[in-house]
Amino acid sequence: MDMKRDYFEDVQLCTSGTVVFWLAVLLAGLAVFPFLARNYYVYMANYLAINVIVVIGLNILVGYTGQVSLGHAGFFAIGAYGTVVLMTRAHLPFPAALLLAALIAAAFGFLLGLPSLRLEGPYLAIATLGFGITITQVIGRLEFFGGRQGLHTPPLTIGPWRLESDRDFYCLLAPLTVFLCLAARNLIKTRVGRAFIAIRDAEIAAKTIGVNLLVYKTLAFAVSAFYAGIGGGLYAFVLRFIEPEIFTLLMSIMFLAMVVVGGLGSILGSIAGACLLAWMDLQLRNILSIPLLGPWLEQLSRNWFSITGVSNIQFIVFGLIMILIMLFEPLGIFGVWLRAKKYWKTWPF
Amino acid sequence: MLDFLQMLINGIAAGSTYALFGMAMVIIYKTSEVPNFAQGEMALIATYVAYLMLEQYGLPAWIAYPLALVFAALLGAVLEFAVLRRAKAPSVLGMIIVTIGMEMILMGLVSWKFGAEQKAMPFPISPYDSLVIGDFFISTLEVITLAVALTVMGVLFAFFRFTRLGLAMKATQQNPIAARIMGIRTRRVHMATWGLSALVGASAGLLMAPVLMQPYMMWDPMLKGFAAAVLGGMTSLPGAVFGAYLLGIIENLFGGYVSIEFKSVVAFAVIVLMLCFKPSGLFARHYVRKV
Repeated sequence: MDMKRDYFEDVQLCTSGTVVFWLAVLLAGLAVFPFLARNYYVYMANYLAINVIVVIGLNILVGYTGQVSLGHAGFFAIGAYGTVVLMTRAHLPFPAALLLAALIAAAFGFLLGLPSLRLEGPYLAIATLGFGITITQVIGRLEFFGGRQGLHTPPLTIGPWRLESDRDFYCLLAPLTVFLCLAARNLIKTRVGRAFIAIRDAEIAAKTIGVNLLVYKTLAFAVSAFYAGIGGGLYAFVLRFIEPEIFTLLMSIMFLAMVVVGGLGSILGSIAGACLLAWMDLQLRNILSIPLLGPWLEQLSRNWFSITGVSNIQFIVFGLIMILIMLFEPLGIFGVWLRAKKYWKTWPF
Repeated sequence: MLDFLQMLINGIAAGSTYALFGMAMVIIYKTSEVPNFAQGEMALIATYVAYLMLEQYGLPAWIAYPLALVFAALLGAVLEFAVLRRAKAPSVLGMIIVTIGMEMILMGLVSWKFGAEQKAMPFPISPYDSLVIGDFFISTLEVITLAVALTVMGVLFAFFRFTRLGLAMKATQQNPIAARIMGIRTRRVHMATWGLSALVGASAGLLMAPVLMQPYMMWDPMLKGFAAAVLGGMTSLPGAVFGAYLLGIIENLFGGYVSIEFKSVVAFAVIVLMLCFKPSGLFARHYVRKV
């Protein structure tokens, strides 16, 4: 793309006045959004924001460091249960509990990172997958974590500030999401981020030029798990109720799909992918009420399929998106964006 | 002691299903290095096709079951032709995403068509019949599954060693370019591989169906089969079978002696621990890809 002439050009956040302008518009839009939108849309924004946090974390691992993870629902569950249990049993305030739970998730990420030093491809996939399933099942069967009944979240207070509605929670979540996006973006531009990318591109070459694989691979897992833990802790308060059935393998797969659909190795892509798929997830849950498409699908289901299984269309849609993106645009939405940009830059030619 | 032997028998019975799925995954991974997450759902569709033929069209079992197997083989070949072959730059992550995408589509289609409720599969042998050998019980269906698993293993071994197609598959795996130069149509070989693998997987699905039949039934055995294949080194058929029986036995012994609650989890915990020490499985030589 654009040529970088010195180091500071590479690390600066805003490369031109246009970027500054649109960034300001975006931030202003996010700031006034809760006062203009209806309550359901604020809830939706919260849901999207949490997906964005987790997917950015996962992209640091999958897109930048090149390690597959099919177990992020496990870290997500650790974050959610950790936050709630630390608040109800240890009576910690919410920020401390959230941070501590995310650090616990990061510690588990570090542990899972250790075998990753020797595993690759399908071996790593099955190891992370097994980890995710094990964590969820163990949490789900221990009475300490509420067992199958799940846990209700305690009322949320930060100092004197009580967060009751979705709108209040948005005011906490939106700045946090923006902060975590910037943090991830800056992390990638540092020495650590460049080490991650070196590991992705050629592991042995990276080792040869002095990247310590032990440190950086486990660090990538830990950072990624930290993001998932933060996301999980916040998700518990969006739902206000958590049970083990939420944190399934399907959730890990959805996170990975968001990363791939958005674009591997791109923070903006992660935001786009997470927003798109999470939004579709919410919309497709009541697919029959979509205008035009809904009645037609209902007719189709009555004649050829069954009306009770109609909600499963969402799996077909997600599967199709995953396959088509992987086959035709391996860089995802970000790749489409890059090509469109290049096309318009040199437009008449 | 009696308990122990009975658990061992149960473990071997459970291991047979895992072994079939594990072998199905190994066949594909051996030739194309694709970890096929859609394996279980390909078997699921074949099972529901058999169900449709038996219930809706009233075909006799001896026609319906072979037809379902043929359908599975065709489905596998078509999926390879329509989806996998179109991938531009196949990477392991990309292939995982593509096969998971196929898995979701197939699962969505089945549960859209049939709903999520439990179905009763008509099967010539009742799953509640059992054989009594000495003091031990084993259900007839499990004996059949065991026999099928061992037969499939033997047939596959012979297939890979003595037939032209089997040798072509091995050659394609070892060096695709050299295989092409020697006149092997590697893309057709890949297609045949997927057909064969779907066939093996579908036989496991059909044998599971009399006990449990609903759209989510394949996840657990498929993942255990995958785990077993990884345990055996992902490229070795006897390794996958050994891994499957090992997992089945560990699972049942753990369920009997330690905790029945965590029985289905222990297989994955074993896998994670084992991979820490033998990163390429028990039966494969560890090799590191060069830069």
